[in-house]
Amino acid sequence: MATETTQKQQEFSYIEAISQALDEEMARDERVFLMGEDIGMYGGAFKITEGFLQKYGEWRVLDTPLAESGIVGAAIGAAMMGLRPVVEMQFADFISCAFDQITEVAAKNHYRWGAAVPMVIRAPFGGGIHGGPFHSECPEGWFFHSPGLKLVAPSTPYDAKGLLKAAIRDPNPVIYFEHKFLYRRIKSLLPQEDFIVPIGKADVKRVGNDISVITYGAMVHLALEAAQTLTNEGIDLEVVDLRTLIPLDKETIYSSVRKTSKAILLHEDNKTGGIGAEIAARLAEDCFDCLDGPVVRIAPPDTPVPFSTPLEEFFLPKTGDIITAARKLAAY
Amino acid sequence: MDVAVIAKEIKRDDLLQMYYYLRLTRALEDRITALYRQGRIVGGVYTSHGMEAIAVGYASALERDDVIAPFHRDMGVFLIRGFTTGEILAQYLGKRTGPTKGKDGNVHMGDLKRGVFGFVSHLADNLPVAAGAALAFKIRGESRVVFAGTGDGGSSRGDFHEAMNFAAVRKLPVVFFCNNNQYAYSTPLHLQMAIPNVVDRAKAYGMPGEIVDGNDVAAVYLAAKRAIVRARAGEGPTFLEFKTMRMHGHSEHDPAKYVPRELLEEWKKKDPILKAEQLLKQLSYGDEPYFQEVTERVKGEVEAGLEFAEQSPLPEGPEVLEGVFAESAGSY
Repeated sequence: MATETTQKQQEFSYIEAISQALDEEMARDERVFLMGEDIGMYGGAFKITEGFLQKYGEWRVLDTPLAESGIVGAAIGAAMMGLRPVVEMQFADFISCAFDQITEVAAKNHYRWGAAVPMVIRAPFGGGIHGGPFHSECPEGWFFHSPGLKLVAPSTPYDAKGLLKAAIRDPNPVIYFEHKFLYRRIKSLLPQEDFIVPIGKADVKRVGNDISVITYGAMVHLALEAAQTLTNEGIDLEVVDLRTLIPLDKETIYSSVRKTSKAILLHEDNKTGGIGAEIAARLAEDCFDCLDGPVVRIAPPDTPVPFSTPLEEFFLPKTGDIITAARKLAAY
Repeated sequence: MDVAVIAKEIKRDDLLQMYYYLRLTRALEDRITALYRQGRIVGGVYTSHGMEAIAVGYASALERDDVIAPFHRDMGVFLIRGFTTGEILAQYLGKRTGPTKGKDGNVHMGDLKRGVFGFVSHLADNLPVAAGAALAFKIRGESRVVFAGTGDGGSSRGDFHEAMNFAAVRKLPVVFFCNNNQYAYSTPLHLQMAIPNVVDRAKAYGMPGEIVDGNDVAAVYLAAKRAIVRARAGEGPTFLEFKTMRMHGHSEHDPAKYVPRELLEEWKKKDPILKAEQLLKQLSYGDEPYFQEVTERVKGEVEAGLEFAEQSPLPEGPEVLEGVFAESAGSY
């Protein structure tokens, strides 16, 4: 990278990247507005929209009643009238209250009667923050099964910013899963100039030859840690960060697995019927002849996300799980 | 309604136009019912038989750039917004020339360019969406309004509550209505709610409400006008309860044996077309030969529409794959 470019870049946290994306898109396009619970005066439960009310006013930073279905429904209506709403779910868990509006109205309107619904739902998801069963969920699996939605889940500040901008500019309903654990834990350089990360493109976060670890969200960082440890043992992991769950970048997934011949599917959503299950089935259908070992899934058990520290630690995938699985798989 | 008031408040041409749409609705839906009984239309057929005055009355009271989220017994809305009998019959026959190109059936049609939202079977789902469209108008400072409705059954849903509450809090330019036809499928009012009138709920949201004779097109028109004027003036939402009776089954397959015969006999005397004809005679705007002429004219329009629809092609199987995602967004 040229020195000149590096000087222009500055390090920002994942959460700052999200705020920046919202701010820049609102400044760029007056159709963009925000709605959600406690996002105005209070600046949002995670302070992502702090100062936005003062800057953009109460009709572009709209504090809503506590009514997720109503909020999403209203966003759909505003989107069809030509605005670009960005809804903040206070926690992704509460998205279940809006399930019907998302899957029956937002997802089907264009297919049924040609009405595009250009809106974004930001869903702060994931565990590791002592949130318990109602503040730690990974609900992406529910929507993964609903044609008409796009789902993204960035793992780095760069992807967080670029994917949010792309989501706001997309003519379809996009659920943007932002991982709460990553908010203030990771930083990276961000270019000063406007950029997007295209929806539908996975990213190989680490190039390797032996095993493909296919993952997204906070788990990407666990996979990278495991890869570091395994280097000493001569096991070379490739880490594929999906970034977008729908539409799934099958090309990148397949080309990685065709190279390594082995796949670990890692996610924080529970195991049954998760994104890993779908990718495993796809690999069996389309890449069977290049597999040299069983497809392995690493995911939490089929339980709600527990509160108490030892329970949550047991529940969440760990670096050690990846290392153990990789060692076994490497022996094939 | 007082004839003198009507003579003063509604233009002769507007009343005659409404009569024409009442007749056209009746003729079109009678034809659809006959086609269903012949097995030429498949699936659900939900008519507005005996309730035509509601859609015709309120849609006539709106300006062309206002938006409508109709109830599923509001055929008049489509006709008034310029959907041809050919397009509508093509929709019912599952033809490619229908507004949903065969993706959806019967009254589940809409068109953003004509300001009509596609009906969603999950009753009350379009009420928050309507509030959101009104929000867009408010944000952009436009003096447009949204008219959105559900039935007595739909008023039990959470989305009804969330939409009414949000619209009232933000004083949105939306008019909510309830088509109270006394039965939600087979469920009578006393098993749906413990209050005598749906409109009783309006005050809980801090909005005015009004009970209107839903079989009197002039009364519907004038009540709608009052609510629309109020919304346009920035005074917020109004709730209108149109009292009527569902004269057919829920869908045309349903003989509705659960409805007492005497009740139907009683309401038959209050038929909206009969009422409109009485009114036109009282005002000397129309007489029997005129009514006969209109009846013949609309019959011709329906038959011409059917010819178009029958000659239209069915969609090809692979077209199922088209339109899940939008390539660009629209607006209205």
